[in-house]
Amino acid sequence: MDHTPPPFFKRGPAPLVRLFFFASLSLALLVIDARFRYVEGLRSWLALAAYPLHRVATAPVDLAARVGEYFSTQAQLVADNEQLRAKALAYAQDAQRYQAAQAEAEQLRRLIGAVERLAVLATPAEVLYVGRDPYSHKLFIDRGAVQGVRPGSPVADEEGVIGQVTRVHPLVSEVTLLTDRDHAVPVQVVRNGLRAVAFGGGASGMLELRFMSAVSDIQNGDRLVTSGIDGTYPAGLPVANVVRIERDAEQAFARALCQPVAGIDRGRYVLILANESARPPLPQSAGKERRGENSRRARAKEADAAR
Amino acid sequence: MLHARSQILLPVRASTIVASFALALFLNFLPWADMRAVPDFVALVLAFWCVRQPRLVGIGIGWTIGLLTDAGNGVLLGQHALAYSLLAFLAIWLSRRILWFGPGLQALHVALMLLVAQAAALLVRLAAGDPFPGWPVFVGPLAGALLWPALTWFLLLPQRRSEREQAI
Repeated sequence: MDHTPPPFFKRGPAPLVRLFFFASLSLALLVIDARFRYVEGLRSWLALAAYPLHRVATAPVDLAARVGEYFSTQAQLVADNEQLRAKALAYAQDAQRYQAAQAEAEQLRRLIGAVERLAVLATPAEVLYVGRDPYSHKLFIDRGAVQGVRPGSPVADEEGVIGQVTRVHPLVSEVTLLTDRDHAVPVQVVRNGLRAVAFGGGASGMLELRFMSAVSDIQNGDRLVTSGIDGTYPAGLPVANVVRIERDAEQAFARALCQPVAGIDRGRYVLILANESARPPLPQSAGKERRGENSRRARAKEADAAR
Repeated sequence: MLHARSQILLPVRASTIVASFALALFLNFLPWADMRAVPDFVALVLAFWCVRQPRLVGIGIGWTIGLLTDAGNGVLLGQHALAYSLLAFLAIWLSRRILWFGPGLQALHVALMLLVAQAAALLVRLAAGDPFPGWPVFVGPLAGALLWPALTWFLLLPQRRSEREQAI
């Protein structure tokens, strides 16, 4: 027992008073954070303070992985090499065809007067840890504002889209996964170009297409890619495959469940895609255009008057 | 004292407390497979120190560590802070009672405290509009309570004296 005898004076406020104080402080912070988002700066500083702990915490896992690699047998290495070589060959063929196809697509887009698609810059990043929160689906990567990550950038792995950067701290960034309940991504069915929005399914680890018309042409096994019309995700990134469709005769809408293509809950390395210039113009430039229109209209009036 | 093997412990060092919290935060940030069934080590260590050293570790420290946890996990700021201040209060309030019991009954008290703290966090998330994550969220606190006797043994190691010293 090490309860030292209490001093008779100077014991500070009673525990109940302290609890009341800190509970009200927490509730105030909760409301400010949930409603107004005023405390992002404080959050960044706290995240920076927790950063060394994250690094230390992931170190043993890294070490175990490296030690495991060191003891991989030669047979494994040979098999891996063969597999990789076969993959590289397949990719090389695809890449050759891709270049030709891209040139052709650019030519066609120029013919119909569409805006040319911009090349997407990709920054590799490593997954630090997964958020310890059963209510949301987030992961943290080791690139932050210092490395030039912007909030809103899409994140993908080698197979498809994983999610989107939602918060950027100085050294780490928070990625909201596709499967998060609050996340939505505009998609397109590869087979027929049908557009839809895929919502995160939460704990099920699936995506949902919620408000599809009951007669819409969608089938099991359809592949969904990003449509690119939101200006955030570049077009054509694989997102998910349709695995089940629920059509209810009583309801006007069909609901499709989709399995994400990318390794949402596995994999250590991801790509942060910077797709800044694909966004619609800012309101300022829109204002300028309107002024331009006005002057054009004025010129047209002048021309009428001259006639 | 009811527990017969109780002995006079050395005074606690601040470095022990800091190191135990660092270790607990480290355990919490490890990449666990299912987050819901894993005990919250920080909450457990906080409850331990609030029971053993209510005049050193209190509600203020619990609140600060809760805030750090919130920022580190990218959840609503204040969620863990509220849960941990409530936990610290309960632990301080019950500290004189808990230490009269043996390890098993102590663990029962701790299970209740951890459940209340988890329920506070759950209420906050439900109020913020999140869906109910399923009953396994209450497995974590119970697993934490099961760890309590081992935790007590481990965290009191630096304060124990060797057999020879005791004999003197």
